[in-house]
Amino acid sequence: MSTPWDDYEDVPSRLTDPVDPTRDHIIGPPQPRVTLVEYGDYQCPFCGQAHQVVAELLQTVGDSVQYVFRHFPLTTVHPHAEGAAEAAEAAGAQGRFWPMHDTLFTNQRALAGPHLLTYAQALGLDEPRFVRDLRERVHAPRVRSDFLGGVRSGVNGTPTFFIDGVRHDGSFDYDVLLAAVQQAMSVGAAEPSGGRHMQSRWSS
Amino acid sequence: MTSNPAIPRGVQAPEFSLPSTPDQRVALSDFRGRPVVLAFYPADWSPVCSDQMVLYHEVLPELRRYDAELLGISVDGVWCHLAFSHDRKLGYPLLSDFEPKGQVARAYNVYRDAEGISERALFVIDRRGVVDWSYVSPVGVNPGADGVLRALESLSQRDRVTA
Repeated sequence: MSTPWDDYEDVPSRLTDPVDPTRDHIIGPPQPRVTLVEYGDYQCPFCGQAHQVVAELLQTVGDSVQYVFRHFPLTTVHPHAEGAAEAAEAAGAQGRFWPMHDTLFTNQRALAGPHLLTYAQALGLDEPRFVRDLRERVHAPRVRSDFLGGVRSGVNGTPTFFIDGVRHDGSFDYDVLLAAVQQAMSVGAAEPSGGRHMQSRWSS
Repeated sequence: MTSNPAIPRGVQAPEFSLPSTPDQRVALSDFRGRPVVLAFYPADWSPVCSDQMVLYHEVLPELRRYDAELLGISVDGVWCHLAFSHDRKLGYPLLSDFEPKGQVARAYNVYRDAEGISERALFVIDRRGVVDWSYVSPVGVNPGADGVLRALESLSQRDRVTA
């Protein structure tokens, strides 16, 4: 008898939620050769390191790579991670996700409420709206939805990267991550359909 | 180094009763009628950002949607568990497989004799106390929670079919 069981034994960890331009925060070309999805936490020091690595990487291969950041706050060990993620979304609601994202990673040790407000001011956000979004937890469902999508995709800590939808289990050192991205590029080049097609196949 | 083969699907899960605090014990049969997730792990106090037990705490609301109970098990002593659980603010019991050391891990065939710790192993046990899914993670790899969630989902779908 066939059960749902049969389908999932020893399946490699793959992204269950494909990149969605109507929802995701994306840097890079609309028709990339490779997609790089990161699940991260603003208070996680390793994610802070990864943020610099990604910035360097995009300087090198940014023309070909679409980078997506999704939230994976581990709130019990990082008490400010959830608030920071919601602040990034609140900034995103005003079209300023990436500037807030960079600010949060640059100031990982100062992510309490008053700090977040300072950053919103510095970015010229509509302050009452930003405060209301945070107070009413308007973006909490979005952050949770990112988190659960990550859990179901096999995110086991932060940061976790997916390259063309497959979990990258190597380190996120610049050289290692760049090599993995370039490897995916060469695979994509060999197949006319490219990375996006493969991702949609895997996402089913 | 290879991992042990955990006891497989379809086998009655070995009963146990282990301390969860200095004055409380938890038995597997306490949860008969509900799915149980057993998470064997090597030791308390592994590095924070990739910590499996912290991740599982965050996933607890999803496990509850399947009416599942989560139990962490390691060979650490009760006081160690208490300090760890308090530090990481874990909302589920950590059981102490401390004396006789690793007895429950042995019963599930996930004890590593050479190191004196258990594997990083997961079991999803159904409402009747039968193992429905088991998985032993490679040494040092946090298995995440996707396998557990898929197993619980599969269980609940089959429950609905047979209900």
